[in-house]
Amino acid sequence: MAAMTREETEALIQEVLEVYPEKAKKDREKHLAINDQSLEKANKCITSNRKSLPGVMTIRGCAYAGSKGVVWGPIKDMIHISHGPVGCGQYSRAGRRNYYVGTTGINTFGTMNFTSDFTEKDIVFGGDKKLAKLIDEIEVLFPMNKGISIQSECPIGLIGDDIEAVAKVKNKEHGKTIVPVRCEGFRGVSQSLGHHIANDAIRDWVLEKRDGDDSFPTTPYDVAVIGDYNIGGDAWASRTLLEEMGLRVVAQWSGDGTIAEIEKTPKVKLNLIHCYRSMNYIARHMEEKYSIPWIEYNFFGPTKIAESLRRIAEHFDDTIKEGAERVIARYKADYDAVIAKYKPRLEGKRVMLYIGGLRPRHVIGAYEDLGMEVVGTGYEFGHNDDYDRTIKEMGNATLLYDDVTGYEFEEFVKKVQPDLVGSGVKEKYIFQKMGVPFRQMHSWDYSGPYHGYDGFAIFARDMDMTINNPCWKSFKAPWKTEAASEPVKAVA
Amino acid sequence: MLTLLFFALENPMPSVMLRKREDGKLLFYVAKKDLEETIETIEFDSPEKWGGEVVLGDGSKYYFEPMEPAPKIPLTLQAKRL
Repeated sequence: MAAMTREETEALIQEVLEVYPEKAKKDREKHLAINDQSLEKANKCITSNRKSLPGVMTIRGCAYAGSKGVVWGPIKDMIHISHGPVGCGQYSRAGRRNYYVGTTGINTFGTMNFTSDFTEKDIVFGGDKKLAKLIDEIEVLFPMNKGISIQSECPIGLIGDDIEAVAKVKNKEHGKTIVPVRCEGFRGVSQSLGHHIANDAIRDWVLEKRDGDDSFPTTPYDVAVIGDYNIGGDAWASRTLLEEMGLRVVAQWSGDGTIAEIEKTPKVKLNLIHCYRSMNYIARHMEEKYSIPWIEYNFFGPTKIAESLRRIAEHFDDTIKEGAERVIARYKADYDAVIAKYKPRLEGKRVMLYIGGLRPRHVIGAYEDLGMEVVGTGYEFGHNDDYDRTIKEMGNATLLYDDVTGYEFEEFVKKVQPDLVGSGVKEKYIFQKMGVPFRQMHSWDYSGPYHGYDGFAIFARDMDMTINNPCWKSFKAPWKTEAASEPVKAVA
Repeated sequence: MLTLLFFALENPMPSVMLRKREDGKLLFYVAKKDLEETIETIEFDSPEKWGGEVVLGDGSKYYFEPMEPAPKIPLTLQAKRL
């Protein structure tokens, strides 16, 4: 199928909207748009970060998911208490594949679930005492933890527990950082507010711990990697490139990160932001308070990596600029080989994406390096500034969909007929049953890393083995294929 | 009640984060509104006096209380919507 024209895309959107009642149609219309590269600002064409409509299937998460699951969860040497009923913590436990080094249960706690397991009694009489007891128990059972964060679930805000008071008392008693995070799930319209709340909690309770303490030896080449959650080892694949070009990575936020790294971040010279959506708040704060500049970068696919490395190097002296060129040259043979191998198999394939955070725009470059085309993209919980950054990356007349509903997404895929859909696990089996090749782009489908030059090789292999998998040819029942109409030869 | 609603929708005194972009232009960022715009013109823009009426890239106008001397940017300030 050839690329759609503007009119065809417009007609498709109208056709999909047809089934909604008048009021819902009017609302959903604002969230579906046709990309127009000539626009400078996304608010001219798309509305985002609004409450989902009741009755439609949204894929969004809650503020607790944004804080505990995304921002705080990967900090490996802290214990993150899911404060409230047991489910929120247990059902989200260890599902994100943010890898870390350490001995779980001894000095790292990433895949464990700590919860205050609220019951009726705690809702009625309040859970502060239970929280205090829980923190004491943690200190006895896991003495090597470097700090505790209290991640509020919905009931905490509803019954009005004072977790800040408990945190302050226990901080005095145990001498460790204890951070109360007011990320009750009902706040905001999506996990995005959870990211903001988590950033603010880091700002208020952790970041200034080493202000005025200059004992940490710094170099002119100190940077922090912010907004890389080490999904399948992503942050490691990024970090090697930065170190190879001569930079010193002081902190990883927050994949494979520690609280000590976070406390040292105000000493760096430049903050590198990968996931803009979830961590721009803290970068802006550090710029204002500590005068640390920040830049966004993109480590998906060789074109964007080279661009990003050069842009990062511009903030440093010539040794780093040479370093960037050296790194790009060193990996050139590798990624050229990857492109030579997979581009002929993937050229011209069309992709539709629907993901969160940074990926709806960041992975476009990687697909384009393989000769593929992204024909539709959308954010679960993006804001206007995300769409501002997406317009230039996407082709003209391609689809943009914000907080797309289950129904809309299915219809778009049926009509556009992409060769690959990239979204989350909830969408995976729907599209696979429809016969459309699918990759999970949240967890890299249990593969990864996808960042960096090493990640690009894995990315290319994964896309190839999904799209060119022989199973898609066997999708029709044998008696419905044309071959079945030929008389079957008797086997002797 | 109506005024309350008005305040909730359109805070006339938003807290604005100002920062310099790489090309030297000032960026005007209001977190609560996802508004990130360049500042096109500014009434007083000298080392001695800074502020006054500003016009953003999208044409909207805001007002900063003039400051003497000019503040160090990045900075968070209260702006008045005009």
